[in-house]
Amino acid sequence: MKPRAEPWLVNGALIVIVLVTLFPLVWMVSVSVMAPGEASTSPPPVLPASPSLAAFRELFHRGTIARNVANSVGLAVAATVLSLAFNVTAGYAFAKLRFAGRDLVWKLLLGVMLIPGQVAMIPLFLMLKQVGLVNSYAGVLIPGLANVFGIFLVRQYALSIPDELLEAARIDGAGEWRIFWSIVLPVLRPILVTLAIFAFLASWNDFLWPLIVLADDSRQTLPVAIAALSREHAGDNELMMAGAVVTILPVLAVVLALQRYYIQGLLSGSVKG
Amino acid sequence: MTSRAAWTFVSPALIAIAIFFVVPVIAALGLSFTDFDIYGVADRHNVRFIGFDNYRRLFATPLFWSALRNTVFFVAVGAPLSIAASLGAAVLLDARVVRARGVFRTALFAPVVTTVVAVAVIWRYIFHARYGFLNYVLGWIGLHPIDWLGDPHWSMPAMIVFAVWKNFGYNMIIFVAGLQSIPADLYEAARIDGAGRLAQFRFITVPALAPTMLLVTILTMVGYFQLFAEPYVMTRGGPAQSTTSVLYFMFEEGFKWWNLGYASAIAFVLFAIMLGGTLLQLALARRWSRA
Repeated sequence: MKPRAEPWLVNGALIVIVLVTLFPLVWMVSVSVMAPGEASTSPPPVLPASPSLAAFRELFHRGTIARNVANSVGLAVAATVLSLAFNVTAGYAFAKLRFAGRDLVWKLLLGVMLIPGQVAMIPLFLMLKQVGLVNSYAGVLIPGLANVFGIFLVRQYALSIPDELLEAARIDGAGEWRIFWSIVLPVLRPILVTLAIFAFLASWNDFLWPLIVLADDSRQTLPVAIAALSREHAGDNELMMAGAVVTILPVLAVVLALQRYYIQGLLSGSVKG
Repeated sequence: MTSRAAWTFVSPALIAIAIFFVVPVIAALGLSFTDFDIYGVADRHNVRFIGFDNYRRLFATPLFWSALRNTVFFVAVGAPLSIAASLGAAVLLDARVVRARGVFRTALFAPVVTTVVAVAVIWRYIFHARYGFLNYVLGWIGLHPIDWLGDPHWSMPAMIVFAVWKNFGYNMIIFVAGLQSIPADLYEAARIDGAGRLAQFRFITVPALAPTMLLVTILTMVGYFQLFAEPYVMTRGGPAQSTTSVLYFMFEEGFKWWNLGYASAIAFVLFAIMLGGTLLQLALARRWSRA
């Protein structure tokens, strides 16, 4: 390969791959602002003849989509707060505190990670039914309270906290909770952002469990509602693309803005593991 | 240093995992040996212990075998294609001559953070036999339209195309990190010895990425065995059950027909297959690294 040609070939190839990758998302936006029926023609139009918000108006006027958006936002925020509350102290303790049985419990937890979540779903559903939590928001949140991956993420990061820092505080007479709040938490801030993004996304994108637990249309999350809509109105492409835009774009924008933190989590969960 | 304080840090998480994961997993194993069905949901006294009957019935059900075949096809073809796409994109991104690396990386990574259900809706439209963009593009090069989601021969390949698009960015990020950790002097030394591009890739890049490759292969395989939302949204497991995956089959048996004992057996068989696949990967990797 001539050195002159290489920059053109590599950058050109990347541009082509990027265009192919982004095309479905760009077309989604374009079709979502087409006039009713415009997208169901052959050849498929790339751009709307005259942009209109009719599909979005229809989406929000028909059915319960506004409510489903609120449900998804509320559940994702709650799941994020709960994940931080349960996983952070545990991850720190497994990294930095000495206690009887620590290494054994940690190995057991890593073993638990091998079991796919779907195995637990049927008994969990029956347990929730027993206590009347089927078709409730609490029922959606319960399986995500604590998870081994979240603990793992915090532990990997907390391992880098110098022991001298903690020892010095102990010699000054600070209690373990005091040390956690005023010394450990500030150091952990970047990984807290990472954990929050993972928890939010896991809840926002989750499909199978909310599909099982939530029965009423008005309680369903956005993905469950979109799936139901797509089974009923498969032919209404503008409406379906409007639903996809609402589900994807706001969250995509936020996560890409914070992608530094997301990628850090992705890598510490895999490369160092 | 008090052990007590430490236990207060870990116990909320451990208790939650025990009650809401470990106990249900054990209960699922128990349920798989019972005839828990719609009558059991109504009244627990109707539930009887039936030994291995659910497993026997499962292995005698043709739909289970076709679901397993579909899932294994999706994993065996989809996972290598995904990984190849990830590695290709990573090698391009890692090239020294790349401008605006961050922009490219962000764009290629975007599908990873989208919601499966919503992008499956988009792709169902792209795959549409008459109005879909894919057939339109194929028409440019003179190919006849394909009924991607309506023809049992093309429905699974369509799922795989979708899955590669959705997921390749994830492993790409892992590969980029792996590539960056290879010392530049290795390539320099190889160049001085007269090694070409391909030889450098074969004798430096591939061996250095081997541990990363093992991890990526296991993660991708385990993820692809859990195929569910794609057929649920795009094909409802059809046409002619050609996209019914093991998990889709479990969902229908468990939460459509309420055969919860039977569905638990399906879940355990899927788990056993995934675990077997993981152990096989590890064993193969160990053998290759010794050879």
